Amino acid sequence: MGDAKQPPPVRTAAERAQFKRDLTEVVPHLRAFARGLCGHPDLADDLVQETLLKSWAAQDRFQPGTSIRAWTFVILRNAYLTEMRRNRFRGDYDETTAERILTAPADQEEPIHLSDLHRGLQALPPERREALLLVGAGGFSYEEAADICGCALGTIKSRVGRARAALNDMLSKGSLPDENRGKDSAHRSILDELDRVVGGSAKASPSE
Amino acid sequence: MATEKKSEIDPSSSEGDKTSDKENEAPAWADGLKELYDSVVDEPLPDSFLELLEKFDDEPAAKDSDPKGNGQDSANTSDKSN
Repeated sequence: MGDAKQPPPVRTAAERAQFKRDLTEVVPHLRAFARGLCGHPDLADDLVQETLLKSWAAQDRFQPGTSIRAWTFVILRNAYLTEMRRNRFRGDYDETTAERILTAPADQEEPIHLSDLHRGLQALPPERREALLLVGAGGFSYEEAADICGCALGTIKSRVGRARAALNDMLSKGSLPDENRGKDSAHRSILDELDRVVGGSAKASPSE
Repeated sequence: MATEKKSEIDPSSSEGDKTSDKENEAPAWADGLKELYDSVVDEPLPDSFLELLEKFDDEPAAKDSDPKGNGQDSANTSDKSN
């Protein structure tokens, strides 16, 4: 990864088959991450399909032995940011969708409803939401999350901390915002983020 | 022996963190967050994904889409960079 543009080696048929198996295994995780990111099951699955196509096309750039989950999450994340930029996810979030997303077990004795949690999650600024999803749901380390998001370790830690604090606040005080409130400002903030983070490198390589 | 360890919070997880320790403790909803994620992971995979993955078998690298479909082998042999 430290090397500059090295021409990727051409993969053998066996390697491609292995890559496909790895890719297949990671699909459920891609779906979970995508749904957490954008909140819509259908759009999330669209994103995952796109991610699979891009991952397959870019497989020569995947380094065997590294985490394919992390690698594909970067591609998914870039696809998501591109869609955000196209306004595709804007303003069409609703409660019905949220309930459809949730498949909470009925016998759950959680003091906090998962639907509230989901709503709170969606109300977070996107960069904090994704940081929390990666670390708190996906089980990535801070270091891995920082790699995936292309930002510094301290940035991820602070995003996760802020996301947790905000959710604590929303859930303990019952002060969940309207579904649509904050969406616009969140959208704007991620556009700023886009220019810094993604810039010209909206490609598949995690190291760029 | 392992039960005692379970009850304490791993000190390494909050190491070097700028946010307060309180925020780094797993809040009440932390399990819910994993549950949300895992509930999707555990869903059966829709057919559309399997169909898409199946198609990958037909095209070796997806860059050269040969309309006739018989360029599959030549795409590999002709591309011998380095």
